[in-house]
Amino acid sequence: MITARLLSWGNYPPFPQVPLACHWRGDLPDQLALSRQVHGTTLPYGSGLSYGDSCLAASDHVLHLRPLDRFVSADWIAGVLTAEAGVTLEEILSVAIPHGWFLSVTPGTKYVTLGGAIANDVHGKNHHRRGTFGRHLRRFGLLRSDTGRLTCSPGEHTELFNATVGGLGLTGLIEWAEIQLMPIQASQIKFVTQRFDDLNEFFALSAELDEKHEFCVSWIDCAARGKSTGRGIYMASDFASSGTLTVETSHKLTIPLTPPMSLVNSLSLRAFNKLYWRRAPRARKFGQVDYDSFFYPLDSILQWNRIYGPKGFQQCQYLIPGSEARSGIHSLLAAIAESGTGSFLAVLKRCGDVPSPGLLSFPQPGTTLALDFPQTERLVTTLFPRLDAIVREAGGRMYPAKDAHMSGKDFRRSYPAWSQLEALRDPALLSRFWKRVTQ
Amino acid sequence: MKNILIIGATSAIASACARLWAAQGASLFLVGRDTGKLEALVADLGVRGAAAAHAWPMDATDVDAHPAMLKAGEQALGRFDIALIAHGTLPNQAACEGDAALTLREFTTNGTSVIALLTVLANHFERQRSGAIAVVTSVAGDRGRPSNYVYGSAKAAISVYCEGLRARLFKAGVSLTDIRPGFVATPMTQGLPLPAALMAQPGAVARRIVAGIERGADVLYTPAFWALIMAIVRNIPRPVFKRMKL
Repeated sequence: MITARLLSWGNYPPFPQVPLACHWRGDLPDQLALSRQVHGTTLPYGSGLSYGDSCLAASDHVLHLRPLDRFVSADWIAGVLTAEAGVTLEEILSVAIPHGWFLSVTPGTKYVTLGGAIANDVHGKNHHRRGTFGRHLRRFGLLRSDTGRLTCSPGEHTELFNATVGGLGLTGLIEWAEIQLMPIQASQIKFVTQRFDDLNEFFALSAELDEKHEFCVSWIDCAARGKSTGRGIYMASDFASSGTLTVETSHKLTIPLTPPMSLVNSLSLRAFNKLYWRRAPRARKFGQVDYDSFFYPLDSILQWNRIYGPKGFQQCQYLIPGSEARSGIHSLLAAIAESGTGSFLAVLKRCGDVPSPGLLSFPQPGTTLALDFPQTERLVTTLFPRLDAIVREAGGRMYPAKDAHMSGKDFRRSYPAWSQLEALRDPALLSRFWKRVTQ
Repeated sequence: MKNILIIGATSAIASACARLWAAQGASLFLVGRDTGKLEALVADLGVRGAAAAHAWPMDATDVDAHPAMLKAGEQALGRFDIALIAHGTLPNQAACEGDAALTLREFTTNGTSVIALLTVLANHFERQRSGAIAVVTSVAGDRGRPSNYVYGSAKAAISVYCEGLRARLFKAGVSLTDIRPGFVATPMTQGLPLPAALMAQPGAVARRIVAGIERGADVLYTPAFWALIMAIVRNIPRPVFKRMKL
């Protein structure tokens, strides 16, 4: 078979998905009905950039919506764009930037589809100002196996609108969506950066600078121990007020094959992280970069997930709410450093209090820590239980889009609205994730 | 900016080409069977930067409808710089073997309807004394294989027709590009047991096609490595070839 092996981005858990490619909106009702009839349940699959099992169908047969990739309309005066669900954020940027518009919210990869961005209610470096992707969603078309086609907006089928934002693709097939873009004068980014020696310094920097800037994010050295726990590099930025409106077509490297074992191990990890941290300026430094290298540094290395070898990896993103954040993040980092595992890119970000319409939207006021772990037996039996306990204790939660391990109990505790989503779930749709945490 | 006529515009390869032309600001006249799909394409190409995009529903096997389509396109665009013929089906070889009427229908869709279109287009471009015609054929036309010789022979008929027509149009300053794609991941090939390593994406194939038409290429294998594969396939001695399962 030609395309018969779709996995999630983490290549773990290893359940290859058989795709049914969806090219035309007109064909979707038949394709959904056929999948239901033959496989019982199915799941919409976009770019497959969810890390864990939230994009894997319980039946291992998905409806592949990436080929549904046409624009529907664009109003370049108001910055309102309508597109089919399989259009990627990269494709949106390529048409929007020349007209002076950018995505109101973008995650760290531009290869996700519009449908995927909604289904996971993605967030980005400006969460403290603009909230999640779902905040900027005006309407979408939903196809359900039981009720057929519906148009949902904050004022129309509100319950389904809210359930679909962050609804993990379970409430129906998003056929198209209309989003509000954000005006920009230039596509370049002006930034300020400074390294910090520990978590206290991070929170001080964040308190001082987050409010003044559109985008804020920190890289953190997850291998640093003792007094250095939580050291990292802080970056805050805004779109430049003058410059050019240029669509970047960056030169791309590809990891051509999967090495026989993970290239990320405790040695390479410590060495890389130390070097990376030392390279960053001790004093505050200002600069300018293009939007592509700022928002999507990893997109320039295609198939970077292969560096973790054939066993794959698990990414986790933990959110520790408000006042518990400082001690909670510190405990997480100490436990991770002690374990000797972790990743080159661990990301720390404070989330704001802009509410999302999404029932199961991940971000809340607090601090999130995201990082990868090469898949090993020990990770699952030793480290994750420890980290999960810290998060539980602090009243935090984990991000379903980046999860392949959280217990059903933790999920149901930290997402109490799950039962509302379950009640609104399309009976023809079920993911491995949903089955794992609710059944 | 360029004015472009596309027949079989809803095919994956043609749509991918149309997107590249739209991004250049071209005006497009899109011909296909399904009005709903054509309208979706028109909307998409408009957002991608097309100066204009028009839809014209027509079944390419309806030969009598060809002149009216051409006239409508000329009225909409003024003139054609490029005409791309991209419609086609992938016949079920086994079914064709037991059904002469089906074989002839498939041959009409993939072969003679294209020849009919080329007849009217050639006269048009010859009078215009400029422009480029391009036809999507297939590597399958290079040699008849037991697994799909109905499709292959229809495509071969077009390729031979083009060989002659090209020499005629050359004198009028018109180029004629015979595009021979290998395996491309499209709705037409979905579900076929084709080797994944040889599958190309429509976007990559389209980039080569648009560039090839631009420079007036005669025969264009896409992806390029198919030129080598087909050179080998063409040179397998018949006594060996007839024993192979291809």
